[in-house]
Amino acid sequence: MYDILIVGAGIVGCFLAHDLSKKELKVAVFDREADVANKATMANSAIIHSGHDPLDNTLKAKLNVRGNEMYESICKDLGVSFKRTSAFVAATSMEEEDTLDMLYQQTKNRNIPVMYLTKEEAIKKEPNLSDHVTKVIELPTTGIVYPWEVAIALAEEASENNVDFYLNEQVEKIKKTQKGFEVITSKGNYEAKIIINAAGVCSDKIYGKVSSKVDFEITPRKGEYFVLDKLKKPLVSRVIYPVPSSAGKGVLVVPTTHGNVLLGPNSEMVDSGELNNNTKDSLDYVKKEIHKTVKNIPMDKVIHSFAGVRPTSTRHDFIIEEAKDVTDFINVAGIESPGLASAPAISEYVINEILSKKIRMNEKNMYTKRRPNIKLKEMTEEEKNELVKKNPAFGKIVCRCEQITEGEIIDAIRRPLGATTVKGIKKRVRPGMGRCQGGFCEPLVVDILARERKISPLEVRLDGDNSVMLMEETKE
Amino acid sequence: MKEYEIVIIGGGSAGLASAIEAYKNGCKSILILERDKELGGILLQCIHNGFGLHMFSEELSGPAYAERYIEQLKELGIEYKVNSMVIHLSKDKIIQYVNPTEGYVSVKAKAVILAMGCRERTRGAIAIPGYRPSGIWTAGTAQRYLNMEGYLVGKRVFILGSGDIGLIMARRMTLEGAKVCGVAELMPYSNGLPRNIKQCLEDFDIPLYLSHTITNIKGKDRINSLVIAQVDDKLCPIKGTEKEFEVDTLLLSVGLIPENGLSEEADILLHEKTKGAIVNESYETSVEGIFACGNVLHVHDLVDYVSSEGMKAGRAAAKYMKGELTQKEGFQTEGKDGIGYVLPHKVNVDNVEDKIECMFRVTGIYKKAVIRVYKDGNLFKTIKKQHMAPAEMEKLILKKEEIEDIKSVLSIEAGYE
Amino acid sequence: MTKKEMACIVCPMSCHLEVTLDDNNNMIEVIGNTCKRGEVYAKSELKNPVRMLTSTVKLEGGLYKRLPVITSVNIPKDKLFDVMKEINKIEVCAPIKVGDIIISDVCGLHADIVASRSVERTDGDNRTESNTCNSK
Repeated sequence: MYDILIVGAGIVGCFLAHDLSKKELKVAVFDREADVANKATMANSAIIHSGHDPLDNTLKAKLNVRGNEMYESICKDLGVSFKRTSAFVAATSMEEEDTLDMLYQQTKNRNIPVMYLTKEEAIKKEPNLSDHVTKVIELPTTGIVYPWEVAIALAEEASENNVDFYLNEQVEKIKKTQKGFEVITSKGNYEAKIIINAAGVCSDKIYGKVSSKVDFEITPRKGEYFVLDKLKKPLVSRVIYPVPSSAGKGVLVVPTTHGNVLLGPNSEMVDSGELNNNTKDSLDYVKKEIHKTVKNIPMDKVIHSFAGVRPTSTRHDFIIEEAKDVTDFINVAGIESPGLASAPAISEYVINEILSKKIRMNEKNMYTKRRPNIKLKEMTEEEKNELVKKNPAFGKIVCRCEQITEGEIIDAIRRPLGATTVKGIKKRVRPGMGRCQGGFCEPLVVDILARERKISPLEVRLDGDNSVMLMEETKE
Repeated sequence: MKEYEIVIIGGGSAGLASAIEAYKNGCKSILILERDKELGGILLQCIHNGFGLHMFSEELSGPAYAERYIEQLKELGIEYKVNSMVIHLSKDKIIQYVNPTEGYVSVKAKAVILAMGCRERTRGAIAIPGYRPSGIWTAGTAQRYLNMEGYLVGKRVFILGSGDIGLIMARRMTLEGAKVCGVAELMPYSNGLPRNIKQCLEDFDIPLYLSHTITNIKGKDRINSLVIAQVDDKLCPIKGTEKEFEVDTLLLSVGLIPENGLSEEADILLHEKTKGAIVNESYETSVEGIFACGNVLHVHDLVDYVSSEGMKAGRAAAKYMKGELTQKEGFQTEGKDGIGYVLPHKVNVDNVEDKIECMFRVTGIYKKAVIRVYKDGNLFKTIKKQHMAPAEMEKLILKKEEIEDIKSVLSIEAGYE
Repeated sequence: MTKKEMACIVCPMSCHLEVTLDDNNNMIEVIGNTCKRGEVYAKSELKNPVRMLTSTVKLEGGLYKRLPVITSVNIPKDKLFDVMKEINKIEVCAPIKVGDIIISDVCGLHADIVASRSVERTDGDNRTESNTCNSK
């Protein structure tokens, strides 16, 4: 019997699992995906927004501001990257300037640092700001993270502290019982006292498994992006937002923690959370809109495009509450933007405002910190050579674009909750994330994964169970 | 820090030829750094025949061609390191590499030859719409799997792009038991050699869809189908022309990009069209003493030309070592109408021995056409050409005395009489 | 009399041949070839097309699991798949020398299947090992 069973191993599920692993509780996390952080957490703008733009009196506004305050120390603690880059909101017309003024006032009222810049000041800071830009506000508390790195680190530490992760396992039925719940998955039966529904685009369906009075609906919204190669001279050093409109935050230019740039997203309602495909129309839209705020964008340096689906809800705010009709079933749903930025605050809110009133939460005496990833790139030459002497695999570069060694890849597989798929390795240590997109290193990664897991290369998967890589051996 | 006269980055066809030629021209302190397990580069996976006709008057497979150079290199006793990835290059010619036995090592070179080759353009670079399942490979990766590791990446295959690697893989996969459903090419002409269209597609009744592109990729785990559509003259898909193919694999053969990450780090100026370094008649880049040759400089269609370019760069690097290269601006070359680029980009006549080979590519198909050569804007020569295509590199050989009087620019133009 | 265009496949030059045929499909003239072999090719392609075949055979004890092989001479185009069947049955062990005959007179076609590279014997897993060699 689990005390708490979390459905969904996205950024929210991972924060909850991590934070609850510090308590004397039996906690489990279920996800139908092959890895944690595999859906919306894998495909978003990667920004820790300041909290400037959600509407007043929403959970979004409250938890975004709080989340932004929390992130830096959490990331430091986990040994993952966080960079407070600051951000511009750039207006390009009189009309937009009016909205910008309103935004400035709203931000000021929330006690979030914000300042007006003249066009000259703005261009001095961001030389590639478009000539169309007429007025700018700067939001210095804005930051960036590597979203799945954060989620994976949280999950690893949770796993080290006895949270059970069930991946590749779909929740099929949930029955309310006298003691709590019985959960039937694609692989087994489990019992839990409390269920937290953090199932992202599926959260209405998961709620529907235990209730006939589901009081929200997820209306998935897709956003598509381009990724630019690392440039010799950075295109931007801050997040550049256009002035938001009814359609959302607009098409952004975002520096990433690894020196790439994200361009996007558009925003399109789709029928299902599964529809994370790229379409030509959307990519063309991003390509057109992106020049509104930033110039000199080298589109020939695009190395990748992707799409993410956000779980927008019909209530247009985060839904964080116990289900009205099912005791001990807690919905954490509709976590669209600024979900990533709010995630630590969401977890804190769920624990303090809801769980603490339901279950005793004693702090564990023993808590194991996660061992940070070995990042050769951040070491001195002496440190690296020390490592190579101990283990020659750290002298074997597998990914030339990102300069990732075999040793780092093996570490990513052997860690707690380690990578089991090619995508899992890519998410943890980045081979294949560079300009050749795995053309050179993917066969090497397949080879290492097969060797480490003692399986045939034919059994290695890109991601889910059906995503085989190689079809057959010749001459057999 | 250990010092060498010449450090060559890359032990493929360009690197091998340049090392041998530099050695023969008097440089004995040479180091080749190769990232793979053995020397030979991409030739090792190109097991088809057709290599060596110019260099050896024989038709060899890729591995056999590479072996000729590797044997020669070993006989000369030229030093090389495999499993050694160069991770930094500075403009003062300090090279940092890493391998499992030595760890991270820095060496200093008096001259550097860049011979890193190229990489394949990816799906990401051309933004093909659709899902991102497994089963989508660049043709070269699939080739390595098939020819070296013995794995078929798929059984029902579609190929985007009519580059030579894609065409050759269409034949190879067919012979090994896969069904190749078709090849789509965005342009109205093929990007591969005509002989490969003939013996890799036509021989096996594999359809080639010119002026077509992929508009959708379906399948969330493994690709299960894809849609192609005809494109208009602006290369935009035409609604209503879609065709769907049930496949488990998509191979991409959509171009090669010179691998110039290290060159950029060393502040070497790159050419907008070739994506390789800007070089002079001695294959010297904008940084004195750093030379470039082979596919890292511009993408070739024949390995024999890569070797011969490697030899020229190797010879020039040896001359540089001996102080026999003069540094002078010289004149520029330029491609006018119908010409994509001309290489070398600059010529200092003092360093030209007896003739200079200008290499260029046309931007479209030309039949019964002419090449016009201008010296400082004045028509100097008209050369008849039966057939020219962007897939085939053209050569123009000019004698030293023909170019001595050029003051500022040598231009080449493609057209009709 | 008819004219036919064909791409010469003898070498990567890929000469564009224009062949003139008489009414019995016999070649009268070929233009566009830059060497003698183009003419020979055109003639053969019309009557009895032949191809070189390259493939791999299973390999034990080498750095990789496959050895590239090539036919010693051209073989009839319609025999390619028959020869593939024979090639697929073979397994060889390193060391191998380039030119070693792997199958002689394959399918009675007066062509051998020969190794198209040399392979040294490498015992055990060589994949993470580094070889720093001064080859002299």
